[in-house]
Amino acid sequence: MPWRKRTTTGQALSAAAIHGVLLAWCALALFPLYLVVINGAKSRRAIFNDPLKLPTSDTFSAKGYASVVGNSEFPLYFGNSLVVTSVSLLLILLLGAMAAHALSEYRFRGNTLLGLYLIVGIMVPIRLGTVALLELMVNLNLTNTLTALILVYTAQGLPVAIFIFTEFLRAVSREIKDSARIDGLSEYRIFFEVVIPLVRPVIATVAVFSMIPIWNDLWFPLILAPGQETRTVTLGVQQFIGQYTVDWGAVLAALSVAVLPVLVMYIIFSRHLIRGITAGAVKG
Amino acid sequence: MATLDLKGVSKQFDDTRVLDNINLNVADGELVVFVGPSGCGKSTLLRLIAGLEAVTTGDVSIGDRDVSHLPPSKRGIAMVFQSYALYPHKTVRGNLGFALKHAGAPAADIKRRVDAAAAILELEDLMDRLPRALSGGQRQRVAIGRAIVREPDVFLFDEPLSNLDAALRVHMRVEILKLHQRLGATMVYVTHDQTEAMTLADRIVVMRDGCIEQVGTPLELYRHPANRFVAGFIGSPAMNFLDAQVREGRVVLGDQPLHPCTRTDGPITLGIRPEHLVQDDDGPLSGGVEVFEHLGGEAFVHITLGENLKVVAKLDGEKVYRPGDTIRLSAPEERCHLFEHS
Repeated sequence: MPWRKRTTTGQALSAAAIHGVLLAWCALALFPLYLVVINGAKSRRAIFNDPLKLPTSDTFSAKGYASVVGNSEFPLYFGNSLVVTSVSLLLILLLGAMAAHALSEYRFRGNTLLGLYLIVGIMVPIRLGTVALLELMVNLNLTNTLTALILVYTAQGLPVAIFIFTEFLRAVSREIKDSARIDGLSEYRIFFEVVIPLVRPVIATVAVFSMIPIWNDLWFPLILAPGQETRTVTLGVQQFIGQYTVDWGAVLAALSVAVLPVLVMYIIFSRHLIRGITAGAVKG
Repeated sequence: MATLDLKGVSKQFDDTRVLDNINLNVADGELVVFVGPSGCGKSTLLRLIAGLEAVTTGDVSIGDRDVSHLPPSKRGIAMVFQSYALYPHKTVRGNLGFALKHAGAPAADIKRRVDAAAAILELEDLMDRLPRALSGGQRQRVAIGRAIVREPDVFLFDEPLSNLDAALRVHMRVEILKLHQRLGATMVYVTHDQTEAMTLADRIVVMRDGCIEQVGTPLELYRHPANRFVAGFIGSPAMNFLDAQVREGRVVLGDQPLHPCTRTDGPITLGIRPEHLVQDDDGPLSGGVEVFEHLGGEAFVHITLGENLKVVAKLDGEKVYRPGDTIRLSAPEERCHLFEHS
């Protein structure tokens, strides 16, 4: 039947168009990353002569990676970044989900107001408060500690986390929580054993959205914890940028390595992430 | 097994009073159905019995224990919810045994009780499935099984069949009735469906606007409704209500005098059920057929008796009427109900 054939051709065309657009977007998004990775493996001269070219046998140089790996400080920076990111993330997810659960589950006076107060932080960039935060950290004797960074990042991540969690936790069936209450579960166990497993995709979504800005941040490490012992990767990379010369090979190699943990975590979470995003989309 | 007593139970949310001075005694082994339109407070009353909401005033007792201030898990109740409320990440077996496991029962004991409940509800082949791999009817059976496993004093059902399709609903209704006969347990069942109420209940509690309108066996409610609301709610299709007069000791409909009546003269509401109207060529009521709905064995005939006087009659399906036909009816005196004019 001709009409059926037309439909399949039309479908194939539209599928091709969609894939074309997505591929183009993918190329655009990956291009800077590609440049970082290939130039990290080239000699300094080659980086400037032909930045877009793949490393050849003439231009290949492992010097960048060597100076990153050989630099005894680098594992320390890496560890600092991991600690700061993972602890902040854990706190954001735990506190965010708990606050959202309380807001969506319990009726109490001032519920809406409290919810607004917790969420309004989305509209105020935390960097505006940098000076006050620095003063606070100095007074608390927390400058040059990872704790300072963790506290700031947790505060920074909470509003969005609470916002997203509240929306999804409201959708968790009330009857299932009541059923758990009749089964004799405490409110904490209802939260951890019944509610949390139901919103795993949302947790993954919030985790990815909160993790990336923390891992990539340069501002707060530079201001609150610039000390040698507490530098994060993004700050540590700066040591390759001198006042007069920049060791681009090392900078790019360091950045290539720094991408890895985020990539790994993203891959772990992404299966859930897609479900989380589409769940929101369908729910409307 | 236990009795359930409600004494002066009221519930207030902020400024709205949703339940007002509810008094009710449920006997041991009785199946009581709360029925009423949505928003009448029947589900709230069930949640008060369960302990999911706190009473504002009044007492709830199960057996001889005052449970008004006990948490749900200490009240000896089990509840089946409209949405089944199964734990989606646990298998059927996990769902059935969860409450016992949480209470710290020995594993052998849990297995014995779970297997027994599964046998009653024919869930044996589904034990390792997750809820999402079950049909609606199967999920509801698991939800009921979860209640059975806990061996509660009182079973609470909150519109358990509302999410099922019509055929399955009839089937599960019979299942619940069988279960009640088998376990002999005290059960409280909430529904807005009067058919469910009529078929299941030992006694029905009809509620409206947070108050009990009438309590009685299904037949008592059907034969002797206390007021117009109960009369209209019980029975399907609903009772016909006609504006009538009492004149000189007789009920008068339009200009047509009907049976004698001892009430004082004045306006009155005459109620008669569709199934009690009889086609009778010598009957006192006559009117034009407006709509004729044939169901095979029986037919619903919508008849206009006069201005603002419309009735539905449930007649046998032998005789077919067309719109515009004239029909004569009689209404047996003992089947007529008189209510205060509203």
